[in-house]
Formats: sequence, C-alpha cells, structure tokens
Amino acid sequence: MTKNKRLDLSYTQMKWETVFRRILVIMSVLLLLLVVGILITLIVQSMPSIKSLGIGFLWGKIWDPVSNIYGAYPFLIGTLLTSFTALLISVPFSYAISIYLGEYNPKGWLSNLLKNSIELIAAVPSIIYGFWGLFVLVPVIRTFEAKIHIAPYGVGIFTSSLVLAVMIIPYAASLGITLIRMVPSPLKEGAYALGATRFEVIRSVIMPYTRSGLFAGVLLSLGRALGETMAVTMLIGNTSTIANSFKEIFFGPGNTMASVIANEFTEADHTVYLSALIELGLVLFFVTVIINLIGKRIITKFTNH
Amino acid sequence: MDARIGIRNTKSILFKGLIVFLAFVITLPLIVVLLYIIKQGIFQVNWHFLTHVPAPVGETGGGISNALVGSLIIVLMSSVVAIPVGILSGIYLSENPHTKLAYYSGLCVDILQGVPSIVVGIVVYFWIVKPLGTFSAISGSIALAIMMLPIVIRSTEQTLRLLPPSLKEAALSLGVPYHRVILKVIVPCGFAGILSGIMLSIARIIGETAPLLFTAFGNPYLTTAITKPMETLPHLIYTYATSPYDDWHNLAWGASFILLMFVLILNIFTKLITRKWNIQL
Repeated sequence: MTKNKRLDLSYTQMKWETVFRRILVIMSVLLLLLVVGILITLIVQSMPSIKSLGIGFLWGKIWDPVSNIYGAYPFLIGTLLTSFTALLISVPFSYAISIYLGEYNPKGWLSNLLKNSIELIAAVPSIIYGFWGLFVLVPVIRTFEAKIHIAPYGVGIFTSSLVLAVMIIPYAASLGITLIRMVPSPLKEGAYALGATRFEVIRSVIMPYTRSGLFAGVLLSLGRALGETMAVTMLIGNTSTIANSFKEIFFGPGNTMASVIANEFTEADHTVYLSALIELGLVLFFVTVIINLIGKRIITKFTNH
Repeated sequence: MDARIGIRNTKSILFKGLIVFLAFVITLPLIVVLLYIIKQGIFQVNWHFLTHVPAPVGETGGGISNALVGSLIIVLMSSVVAIPVGILSGIYLSENPHTKLAYYSGLCVDILQGVPSIVVGIVVYFWIVKPLGTFSAISGSIALAIMMLPIVIRSTEQTLRLLPPSLKEAALSLGVPYHRVILKVIVPCGFAGILSGIMLSIARIIGETAPLLFTAFGNPYLTTAITKPMETLPHLIYTYATSPYDDWHNLAWGASFILLMFVLILNIFTKLITRKWNIQL
C-alpha cells in the first residue's frame, strides 16, 4: 500500500516535470511569436502605403497629408541629423568615461559615485529631459541663435541633438568601462616595462585592444538615438517641410520619424496617411534592430575571444 | 633625450587632465536637470495635489491623483504579464543554452531590446485598441509589458547562469524532480538578481510615454476601469507640459518630481540589492 502510494506520488511528480518543461518551451516560443507578430503587423499595416506610394516614398521631399502627398525625406534627414550630431557630441564623453573608470580610477568611492551618476542619466525618463529642455534649454538656444543671426526658433534639430547626446552617453559608456577593465594586465605591464607613459599605454595597447567593443557601444547608443521619441518630439519643433540651406535645416525646426509618428498617428484620418506613418515605423524598426544586432554580435565576439 | 621624456610625460598628464575633465563634466547636465525638476516640483506636491484630479483651465489647484492611480494600475498589470513570462523564458534560456529554440529566442530578446518604444505603441494599437474600438488601460499595460520582457529575461538568464552547477546537481542527485529543483533551489538562489532585474524594468517602464500615446491615451478623470482610457504620470507630463497654461505647467512640474522620485528610489533599491548580494548585471 505505502509502496503504491509512493509510486503514484512520483508519477505525479514526473507528470509535473514534463508539464514544467513544456511551459518553459511554450514561453520561449511565445517570444518568437511576439517578434514575428510585431514584424507581420507592421508589414501588413504599411501595405497600403507601400502599394500606392512605392519605394519613392523614402525620398519624396514633400509631406502634405491634406493634399495626399507623402514623402519621408524630411524625416529621414531629421532622424539622421539629430542622431549623428548627438553621437558626435556624445562619443568623446563616453570614451572619456570609459577610459577614466576603466583604467585611471576603476575602484573606490569616487569611481562608484561617477559610475552610478552615469547610470542615473539613463534612468531619468525621456519625458523629463524633454520637459526640462523645453523650458530651460530652448530659451538659452534661442538667445544663442539670435546672437549668431539665424532665425531664433529655439526648438529644432540642434536643440534635440544636444539633449539626445546626454541621454545616449550611458549606453556606450557602461559597455566601454566593462571592456576596458577586461584588457589583460600583462599587456599593459609589458608596455609600462618598455618605458611607455600612461597615455602611450592607453593609445597603443588599450585602445587597439578594445576598439571593436567600443565601436559596438557607439552602435548601441546610435540605436537608442534613432528610436528616441518623447524628448525629441518635445524639442524638435515638428515641421514637416524641409528648408533649403543646411544651416536652416540644422538650426531650424524639423521632425524625426519617431516624432512624426508620435504627433500624427492619432490624427491620421485615412488609410494611406496612417499606413505611411506605419511604414516609417517599419523602417525605424528595421534600422534600429539591425544596428542593435550588429552591436550585440560584436560584443559577443569580443567577450568570447 | 631628457626633453623628449619631458614632452611624453607632459602629454600623458595633459591627456589625463582632459579625460578627467570630460568624464566629470557630463554629470553637470544630470545635476542641472535633477535640481531644476526638484526646485520646480517640490513645492507643488502636497496632500491636495496627490488626492485630486487636475483642475480645468483657469482654476488653480488640482492634482494628479488620476495619473498616480493610472500609472499604478498599468504598471501592476504589465508586471503581472511580463514577470512570469520573463522569468520562465529566462529559465529556459539559461537551462538550454545550446538548443535552436534558445538561439532564436535569444535573438528575439535582443530584437525586443532594440525596438523603439513608439513602434511597440503602433503594434499594440492594432492588436488591442482597434479590435476593442477604444483606447484602454489594458492595451497600455500590454505595450509596457513588451518593453519590460527583455530586461526581466536577460537578468534572469544571466543570474541563473552564474549559479554554480553543483547546486543543481546536488538537488537532482537527491531525486528531486526537475521543476522543483528549478523553482525551489535555483530560482530562490538567484532571487536577488531576478528581483533587481524586475525593479530595473519597472523603473524603465514607469517613465515610458511613447507606447502609451496610442494605447492608454490619457484621461482627465480618475478611473479604475481597465477597458477605458487611463491617465499615466508620463503622459500627463507630456500633455500638460506642451499646453500653453502656467497652471498646467506647474501640475506637470509636480508630476515630474514625483515620477523622478519613483525612478530614483527604484534605482537606489536595485543598487542596494545588487551590492548586498554582489550581483553583476
């Protein structure tokens, strides 16, 4: 009797074991379905615009929903300009943080404090950066623009890039810190033994060793910058027309792909309009995903070898 | 000879100076933003502010109770969805790292991590808002749950991978069934790491605005109906910050202060947990 009971018990346990394993598999399949579902939804919903506007949609210069003309060029330019300007501004800082916390000062309270503050930059919600930028940075930029004799909008691509630059620093920096700390000390010691100064060690040992990894960090930052919505939406001025000279484009108001979706999605009142916005989302999805995957690939390669 | 060494040393010192300067100067914007939000927001916050709905234009006073309740409900609902799914997928990924399914699921986690939040908003709009015919708190929760998933999965996976295999082997050799080994031995051992991942993900989604624009949408009244539009803190900040009225701006400053405090506290807690259990995330 007792023996049977025990057997029964272990049978139930075994049944549960199979059920548990199955649940684990189902959850992982769910993830696949989720991503495939996102992709299919985006493609299906942007079909009307792909069909009626074709590939020329991407470099059409005019976006005028009222007369049913859709061109994504202003948003592509806006997105690329804000992201790459932000990246240019942020890279020296994220490299400096990586080198300082990875090499000069890897331990101690000051190092911890700085590292935590950098992580805090990423933790502050983007809406707060946007709000702050709108009320503090925009007036400052406006005075600055008036001083250098260009139309003092205040809001615009330049302003967005500045805020964006600060927001994306942590992504490249925290990866860079980890990677620079991984440089084997025999390499550095060898260089010091040959009489190299600290600067020379950093330039000719640490930098070459970590170059690909630091580049991956920059890619992750870029991915963030491309997809960032709220802070940019609040600061970029939301104009879909594109100015003629570079200076006017750079300092004047504009729109990015993400910001135009955020602004016009709920107002889009006919199929092609809505679908054109979703196609922008699809493009954004592909670009950010590819950039992220390349970044991740480089990191995996780096940490394995 | 001596002169060249002098030049090289000076170069080294100058370089260090530059690095230190750049590394520290970047905390300035952070400090400026934090202090400004605190300065503008702290005097807005009082009991009335926390327990009343926003006042109409032209009236002073009013609060953000609708957004507080809304954010709480929506974050709670997304956690209920994302935490179990995330932990279970994380367990699968750490337990079967070399299967084909694990490879593709891992890829999907990477993809999800890179998806811009606004795109998640679009997709959930078509999945839930359109079939239901109305913006709703449920759709907002689903959108935020999708944002939460990759963080929970990755932290679970990485924590469990760091556990020594002897733990599992010891339990299995005692004849404990597999599911009990995982749920009673492995997960409790990695609990701190999983918990800090969850807190990080909550800190992340509580400030997300973009996915809520087309899903939870916003609502000037206090509501707990999850099939109706619902206000959240970040969305309230967005609407009121971009409005032309000073009273509304003040409301938004107060809301920003509260949101910032939430995020700070969650982050500090996570830091304390990770430091206590010495976890690398």
